[in-house]
Amino acid sequence: MTALQVVALALVAAGGTAVVFTREPLAQAIVTGVFGLFLAILFMLFQAPDVALSQIVVGTVAVPAMVLLTLAKLRREDERE
Amino acid sequence: MSPRGRAWLFVGGALGMALLLAWGLAGVPGSDVPLGRYAGLLADHAVAERHTTNVVIATAFDYRALDTLGEEFLLFVAAVGTTVLLRATREERDEERAARLDEQRGVATSDSLRALGTGLVGPTVVLGVYVTAHGQLTPGGGFQGGVVLAAALLAVYVAGTWLALRHVAPVSALELSEAVGAGGFVLVGIGGLLFAAVFLENFLPFGTKGDVLSGGMVPLANLAVGLEVAGAFGVILTELLDQIVLRRSASG
Repeated sequence: MTALQVVALALVAAGGTAVVFTREPLAQAIVTGVFGLFLAILFMLFQAPDVALSQIVVGTVAVPAMVLLTLAKLRREDERE
Repeated sequence: MSPRGRAWLFVGGALGMALLLAWGLAGVPGSDVPLGRYAGLLADHAVAERHTTNVVIATAFDYRALDTLGEEFLLFVAAVGTTVLLRATREERDEERAARLDEQRGVATSDSLRALGTGLVGPTVVLGVYVTAHGQLTPGGGFQGGVVLAAALLAVYVAGTWLALRHVAPVSALELSEAVGAGGFVLVGIGGLLFAAVFLENFLPFGTKGDVLSGGMVPLANLAVGLEVAGAFGVILTELLDQIVLRRSASG
């Protein structure tokens, strides 16, 4: 295992922990995106560029976007009540 | 259950989990372990057999195309399910009102955000098409390219208004893209059935290694998946946005 891979693994561990400890959903969506980027770097360093690319589009685009949109929808419903 | 009992249950569960995790981690193979037999076989033969320089795509869209077909329909069903759950009963009056309110939002969006969004649309579309079209050559393919294309829709919404998004990509066009993509992959499979006697068997010339149109049916299947994924994600995004915009207008 190279030093870079160790750094990437440590970043992923730190990122995952940060996601768990972020309690506010809006901030959590952003932190999840950053965590997804760390995961993509990890996959890239372990010579899986296809998986890294999927991780980038799903983890940093699709998932945060859906979470943000869902949050926006829920807030509208709250405002109506 | 008393707080004390719950705490003990947690301690027991956490300990068991930690033990299982440690046991599992101890057995994880290192990163220098040679490939499994199937992986080695594909890595050795895919390029020569299928003329695709990206073995991952040759595996997903040729050797194991049936698995990909299943995965594609997984997303298709998810998008249809979202549509069924979210599609509000729209009335023209609501839509007009929402459009009016959304135009006001458009003015309220900061100029820098609009400039950034507008600037991102073109490059994102080009990147999406590139990633889809070069799946058989370099890492990427229809799935990744499709999501990138759908992300371009999001940039349109950020840069402009809900109306602009509806104008650029009407829901009907997205649904068409999704359906054509899903059906297209099955058609590629039926092509194999007709011309090569096996469902999803390659029936096209493999072409020259490294060309955009190499790999036999792989570029076609990639295109189908790209259309399907872009359509499916687009439909889910616009349904969610519709909900937000229409509801905002109903309450405002």
